Amino acid sequence: MEKFSVFSGVAVPLRRSNVDTDQIIPAVYLKRITKSGFEDALFASWRNDPEFVLNQPAFAKGQVLVAGPDFGTGSSREHAVWALRDYGFRVVLSPKFADIFRGNAGKQGLVTGQISEADAERLWVAIEANPGVEITVDLTTKVARLKDISVSFEIDEYTRWRLLEGLDDIALTLTHQLAIDEFEKRRPAWMPKTLPARN
Amino acid sequence: MAEKPLTLAEKIWRDHLVVKGESGAPDLLYIDLHLVHEVTSPQAFDGLRLAGRQVRRPDLTIATEDHNTPTIDIDKPIADPTSRTQIEALRHNAKEFGIRIHSLGDIDQGIVHVVGPQLGLTMPGITVVCGDSHTSTHGAFGALAMGIGTSEVEHVLATQTLPLAPFKTMAINVEGTLREGVTAKDIILAVIAQIGTGGGQGYVLEYRGSAIRALSMEGRMTICNMSIEAGARAGMVAPDETTFAYLKSRPHAPTGNNWDEAVEYWKSLVTDEDAVFDKEVFLDASALDPFVTWGTNPGQGVSLNDVVPDPDSFSDPNERAAAIRALEYMDLKPGIKMKDIQVDTVFLGSCTNSRIEDLRAAAKIISGKKKADNIRMMVVPGSQKVRLQAEQEGLDKIFKDFGAEWRFAGCSMCLGMNPDQLAPGERAASTSNRNFEGRQGKGARTHLVSPLVAAATAIRGTLSAPADLGDN
Ligand code: SF4
Repeated sequence: MEKFSVFSGVAVPLRRSNVDTDQIIPAVYLKRITKSGFEDALFASWRNDPEFVLNQPAFAKGQVLVAGPDFGTGSSREHAVWALRDYGFRVVLSPKFADIFRGNAGKQGLVTGQISEADAERLWVAIEANPGVEITVDLTTKVARLKDISVSFEIDEYTRWRLLEGLDDIALTLTHQLAIDEFEKRRPAWMPKTLPARN
Repeated sequence: MAEKPLTLAEKIWRDHLVVKGESGAPDLLYIDLHLVHEVTSPQAFDGLRLAGRQVRRPDLTIATEDHNTPTIDIDKPIADPTSRTQIEALRHNAKEFGIRIHSLGDIDQGIVHVVGPQLGLTMPGITVVCGDSHTSTHGAFGALAMGIGTSEVEHVLATQTLPLAPFKTMAINVEGTLREGVTAKDIILAVIAQIGTGGGQGYVLEYRGSAIRALSMEGRMTICNMSIEAGARAGMVAPDETTFAYLKSRPHAPTGNNWDEAVEYWKSLVTDEDAVFDKEVFLDASALDPFVTWGTNPGQGVSLNDVVPDPDSFSDPNERAAAIRALEYMDLKPGIKMKDIQVDTVFLGSCTNSRIEDLRAAAKIISGKKKADNIRMMVVPGSQKVRLQAEQEGLDKIFKDFGAEWRFAGCSMCLGMNPDQLAPGERAASTSNRNFEGRQGKGARTHLVSPLVAAATAIRGTLSAPADLGDN
């Protein structure tokens, strides 16, 4: 996973609350067997609407999503995070996230910053006045800046540390390689082995 | 100072701790057995490839095809191209990463939770994971067994460990002797009705008491299987002589000195007498009837001798609202006798009830009888080995003479991912574990039942217990 410290990208105002994972990625796309290439699936049904924010040229290359409260509710599908990430989003700011979505996002390097409802409104207004404007998200100070507006956001400390270090769960666990090696030496001989196969 | 008394689950956790989590970090646990199937694994393998990683322990990993496989014409190419691609991806990944796989047509192919125990890979005191929520099944052996998501599948493939947040413990005490015609399935349906579908959230359940001790391994698997329907992270039963006897001659069971060493350790895997559970629940097995569900979650169940409940009888407003919605979906009215509900399809299968004892129990009831005219019955053994054993015992003939369809092994109508689905509005008595809206097909209606109730229902055409058959 890439280290994340300070990131600047096009801000996208998503003035909706309760954006559930079925809306982020409809079920029909779950039959796919890859972990990448979900960009076309993101908000698939909303994107049929020419008015939808990502269909406006100024926002088409969006990288920081500013959404309403209760983002990522519903089904636990990790595909929702994959779709946001594959489209190009690195950060979602919202007044409230669903737990499972937040957990999945942290595993995939997508920053979920929790902001106040008032700050979400301030950001929306500022973005809409300047379509295509960039927002700078600083994970070291937990502050997002857009021109002269600056808002602070919350993210749990353990996840923040992992993102700053660029450690995905696997990379992090691999820092314990020695402990795993040691543990394996202590495993009793009777423990199950699938190979060689016995039928 | 004496060591702190521990529950069974805490002992297994302690013995698998690789790194103790500090300052908010989760504990890192070693995983002894990783079961893989076609639906939740392709992205995990893709992730390994993108990162240039290998599978750390192919010798602790095993794959089988089950969720998305056909149960007829298994010698022909899979008709649905998306399903075929998913199966082919698993075969390709298994080959590339050196993982043992049991493919369609193979003697050890079958539902992942039937295959592990059957091979003797599931043992007491181990940690088991699989990208499937019903991994809790393996807890019947006194293993700590948990369902995981796709990122976690990748994590286990790469590191053979998993970071896990701590859990709470709950004792489910089931005392007394079951009456004739009442089974493990009825115990677990009653437990879920009692504690609710969210009642187990954050807990590892330990099933205890004389009624659990009296159960066979297959009965214990049925119970642990549905722990997830109570919202629990895992369910388990302490190992005993029944466990050891079941394991003893299995292909991958330890032998010689290893066996003796294992049994000695396994015997220590009981909750210490003065250990304290975070919560305790009590159930009187001798008072139980056959249990069936009337609604659209597994907690919405009653005795088969009861009637469809009135939503107004629920004091909790959420439960009341759920009941109203469920009755509408199920097309049922309050006050109808459960036994008057006519069904269209009887499904005998799934990782809850598709093992040899389940098939024997059902076959015994229907032997020499004919199914009701309104009924379609489908029997789907949990594994090819179960299927073969049933055929050796002549059970297939009993089912076929009765008018049932005798299928090849897989998940089948449990989740309707393959063509085995109910039509909209169709009503089924199913030995599976989930009665959610649309679970067995769009608009389909599911009543969860035991294999005995499934068999009696197939004879009478309405929800029934063997006791209702009289001398017909
Ligand atoms: S039989 Fe049903 S519950 Fe069991 S693993 Fe298959 S789909 Fe899941």
